[in-house]
Amino acid sequence: MAKKPVRFTHNGRETAIFAESGSNLLDVLRRVVGDLSPKYGCGQGTCGTCIVLIDGEPHLSCLTLAETVEGRKVDTTGGLQNGPDLHPLQKAFMEGFSAQCGYCTPGMLMAAKALLDRNPRPTREEVVEAISGNLCRCTGYDPIVDAILDAAGQTSGRVA
Amino acid sequence: MSSIEFRKDLFADERSDNLNEIGKPTIRQDILGHVTGRTPFYDDHLFDGLLHMRCVRSPHHHARIRSIDFSAAGRMPGVVRIVEVKDVPHNLNTLLSLLNFGRDDEPLIAPQKVAYIGEPVLAIIAETERQARDAVAAVRVSWEVLPHVLDVEEALKPNAPSVNDIYPNNTFDYGPYDHQKLRFGDVERAFQQADHIVEGEYQMSPIEQAPMETCGAIAAPETNDRYVCHTSTQALFFSLSTTAKLMNMASSRLHFIGGTVGGGFGGKVDSIVEPMAVLGAVLTGRPVKFMWDREEEMQVGAPRGAERWRIKDGLTRDGRIIARSFTGFFDAGAYIRLSSYAVQKGTGHLPGPYSIPNVAANVFMVFTNRTPATAMRGFGITGVDFAIECHMDKGAEAVGMNPIDFHILNAYRDGDMKAHRRAAKNAALIECCQVTAGKAGWRIAPDHAQASSLIGGGAGERATIPETVTDQIGRIGERRRENLPTAPYAGSTARGRVAAGAAKQAVVAAPPQHEDMAVDLARFGFSKPQARATRQPHSAVPPASPSSPRPQQPAPPAPQSSSPVPPPAPPQTPASAPRAPQAAEQGQGYRPEEPFQQGIKRPGVSRFISGTRRR
Repeated sequence: MAKKPVRFTHNGRETAIFAESGSNLLDVLRRVVGDLSPKYGCGQGTCGTCIVLIDGEPHLSCLTLAETVEGRKVDTTGGLQNGPDLHPLQKAFMEGFSAQCGYCTPGMLMAAKALLDRNPRPTREEVVEAISGNLCRCTGYDPIVDAILDAAGQTSGRVA
Repeated sequence: MSSIEFRKDLFADERSDNLNEIGKPTIRQDILGHVTGRTPFYDDHLFDGLLHMRCVRSPHHHARIRSIDFSAAGRMPGVVRIVEVKDVPHNLNTLLSLLNFGRDDEPLIAPQKVAYIGEPVLAIIAETERQARDAVAAVRVSWEVLPHVLDVEEALKPNAPSVNDIYPNNTFDYGPYDHQKLRFGDVERAFQQADHIVEGEYQMSPIEQAPMETCGAIAAPETNDRYVCHTSTQALFFSLSTTAKLMNMASSRLHFIGGTVGGGFGGKVDSIVEPMAVLGAVLTGRPVKFMWDREEEMQVGAPRGAERWRIKDGLTRDGRIIARSFTGFFDAGAYIRLSSYAVQKGTGHLPGPYSIPNVAANVFMVFTNRTPATAMRGFGITGVDFAIECHMDKGAEAVGMNPIDFHILNAYRDGDMKAHRRAAKNAALIECCQVTAGKAGWRIAPDHAQASSLIGGGAGERATIPETVTDQIGRIGERRRENLPTAPYAGSTARGRVAAGAAKQAVVAAPPQHEDMAVDLARFGFSKPQARATRQPHSAVPPASPSSPRPQQPAPPAPQSSSPVPPPAPPQTPASAPRAPQAAEQGQGYRPEEPFQQGIKRPGVSRFISGTRRR
């Protein structure tokens, strides 16, 4: 099957790979690039576990053709921390008990990062809206929303 | 931050207040991996030359396989191996055969007929997932569609299609009966004495666990003729043993790696993906991934089984429940999986956390042409609790009582004899009701506000096993032959009685299927490896320690499944009286009636676990 060369910036590093035509970004990131942080959850764009940032915008990598990221910037949870320093979102998720099985966490973190990058002081409603495309089955959404608000430097703003 | 509230005033003198972790924020030990995306789930292992396996699945509820034509699929690009029925070394299993419970009833790949939508009939291994999918689509199966049955009560009718060849009556066998019986006292007589009869029917649907990570496994040949298997399983050794059985392979040749489960909730104990992946690795000599996609997870993945319950209560005018009967139907789907056990567990739970002197239940595990059911968070209990609690509100309404008062009035208390013939301990329903009433601002009767689980139970009638009416109705196959009386449980058709206080009868387990399944009793602290107990008639003194305790069936909730006509039991002292001297004689043995105490070895349970909170 024909393979296409694709060059893109992956977590800040120039990356050049050959992608089978028609293959999706999730498979290419996981199997070709070797970045296992985005997860397969449904393959239909309903669960959000595979969300990555393309030029800063959240995208469902399972529904994105690998060829379309040519020349673009792809960021995943695997590149979220800066050397040994965790991103504030990662710290907030750890301290807020915002993950149980951890399978939805990479997608949640990416959706949250996209929000905070464009809106550093979101309201609770905006946070809920930002992760509305991400499913979680164990933790429940409250600790996740709280953690994102904590990372944004706010008190958790929990409404009783 | 924390919404946990401690009520340390409750049972304050019974518990040392040394909670060092509970109620305090803590950091999960595995969360750093989660937030950095480094937690290795089963699919996060890269193998060179990984092959992909996919199944050809049944589009019908129930059909016979006339023929399978995979000649075109076999010629398609990338196809490495077609996996047929004949490639499975031991193509019949039931999950609980590892516990010697039930007959093998489920093939890994269906050989002759399928009994639910999505049952696999062929598997294809290809270089890429896409090639495997394309090849699966090219397989042609000739189906002979059979009549199907999707409703539990329809499945019990004499003319219903037979779902499972191993259990042709559409019911699991519980002793000689096609249902699990529970008899405690005489419900029919109590119904006649009751002022109100309250009946209700409750139905819940199957529930898919829907974990974020779909079920799957990757298997690869290792050195020394072993196979490594990375799996999403929740039950690693269960999966390993099941794979060893289906592959007819020594379990020492399997190296299973799990422990990171992307959400399970019970849906990842069925051990059907691991044997497929290992089979693929054995047949190809290469790493093979068998992974369900989301559609398979929802259609083929086993859900929580649906339950239908009919409850009939006999109430006195002042709100006491004096009798409660159940007829339950547990929808197992096409194969047993864990449903046989769910029924026993649910029956042992009846009649809920209430002290009711007369209880009867007939609970059926029914095969239907639906997706096989399996574990999910309290399965077997949750469904019947939903029914019981709905019914409690109905009962409260019938007698015109505040529901919380009604609950407290009927709640079990420490020492009360339960229908499964063990005394209640560590009861706390009354306290829960009181706190709930306080939170919700409900006014409850002053004496109920003062009630306690510690007081008022365990005396007189509440503590004793009543004279119990038994019957022999519903023997295996009777339903099909249409020679069943219409009454579902005891009463006028009763043929036997078990004297009051007769709790224990020796339960004789079936012999192990395989020699290596035999339990070495000495390992569990039984110094006298006696000959297996033969079925004993009731004796005046119930044996405190069964001479052949089988840990598999610690509390069979059918206490009357013994001899057809129980011998006339001599008048007995209450069951509690002879216990103490017996217990002393038996020393450290397993004493089912006694609360667990520190240092007592209980079969299959760590000696470090004890139940000494309240003795």
